[in-house]
Amino acid sequence: MQVSFRLNGNWVSVEVEPGELLLDTLRLKLGIRSVKRGCERGECGACTVLLNGEPVVSCLLLTVQVEGTDVTTVEGLGSDPLFRALAEEFVKNFSIQCGYCTTAMILTTYAYVRKVYEGGKGTSTEDIAKAIEGNLCRCGTYPRVIKAVASLLNRLRSSFPP
Amino acid sequence: MYYRALRVKYFKPKTLEEAIEILTKIRGSRVLAGGTDLLVDLKTGRVDAEALVDIGSLKELRGIEDLGDRVRIGSATKLQEIVESGVIARELPLLRKAVEGMGSWQIRNLATIGGNLCNASPAADTAPPLLAYDAELHIVGPNGSRVVPITRFFTGYRKVSLEEGEILKEIVIRKRTWSGWSYIKLGRRSSFTLSIVSVATLASVRDGTFEDARIALNSVAPVPIRAYAAEEYLRGREVSLRVLEKAAEIAREETSPIDDVRASAWYRREMVYRLTLDSLKNSLGWS
Repeated sequence: MQVSFRLNGNWVSVEVEPGELLLDTLRLKLGIRSVKRGCERGECGACTVLLNGEPVVSCLLLTVQVEGTDVTTVEGLGSDPLFRALAEEFVKNFSIQCGYCTTAMILTTYAYVRKVYEGGKGTSTEDIAKAIEGNLCRCGTYPRVIKAVASLLNRLRSSFPP
Repeated sequence: MYYRALRVKYFKPKTLEEAIEILTKIRGSRVLAGGTDLLVDLKTGRVDAEALVDIGSLKELRGIEDLGDRVRIGSATKLQEIVESGVIARELPLLRKAVEGMGSWQIRNLATIGGNLCNASPAADTAPPLLAYDAELHIVGPNGSRVVPITRFFTGYRKVSLEEGEILKEIVIRKRTWSGWSYIKLGRRSSFTLSIVSVATLASVRDGTFEDARIALNSVAPVPIRAYAAEEYLRGREVSLRVLEKAAEIAREETSPIDDVRASAWYRREMVYRLTLDSLKNSLGWS
């Protein structure tokens, strides 16, 4: 089957099997390596992508299901100022250890920061922890990820007070 | 790839009628809604399907509507939409609370409320609140439409009252004022986990007496259940700790849990008592 969707801002059209998972199409056919293979059953979050801006796991999503949608991975966010600011905070706060979960972790927290920024959500430590509950980090960087996100939100609040 | 590749056909009907037609005509076809349970089951070989009929984006199955005296939730509404809905927060806080604790953000953005019900896990977390609210399930199929009270929807372990070609269309809940509600989920950790026991309670109290009460539980029987005998006991009784304890004891006897990897039957039964008692207290505003 032929499927077309917007990948990181550009329309792509790709031939897939009906039962093919988005994770496999991205990694094996479209050269997107930031989306990692983990548990393959929706529990670890390493394969997270943004579907129309919302984080989803790409291991429980058929490629045919994303026809006509917007799919975003970190490859598409390099020039996004909010993403760059978040990446900077990840570096400053040592929010990375082995790095396997990082691309997914940063996508989820990017979606979260955007939601907060656009005025939809709270910003407590519990809220940040809740947002990343679907991203498993076996190195245990969670407190540092939360620190990075909280730090960015503080910076945003002081430069753009509500 | 650790799991087997999925060899299935894929259909994306444009209307509900078309979906019913495909389901009726194609042997071995199954409804695909959010896919967070079905795709795992297909990968692991727990279920088989020749073809998937994707109803996830059918307009008539989406959305949350306040209809004045009722609330309507389309079956393919995403769990995250329920968490973020103002109507749900205002009218069905018990449902919101339960759904908020389901899966993870990534899963809630895919999974649907109808999928959670139709997958018919004894541990379905949307079931206790919807049982407590006495939700009506609107079903459409090749022979027209029908309405089933959720209390009669779960017919046995992983079985629901859906005939071949039938699709759960929407969930309708009549509004009613309760004096308090509470939902408690016990799992191995505090989030993104399967229930060991979950309990949902609603209470309506006037002049210190129970006018009505609802108690619904999951993971303690082959299907999610209401503790009818405990509810009946509470009705008309004066509120006291002794009465709550007695109701929780009755609820414990109404369950039939099994031993499994998550907990023993004995532990679950004790937790039914403990959590029902705590949840009733919460519903009364006791802390």
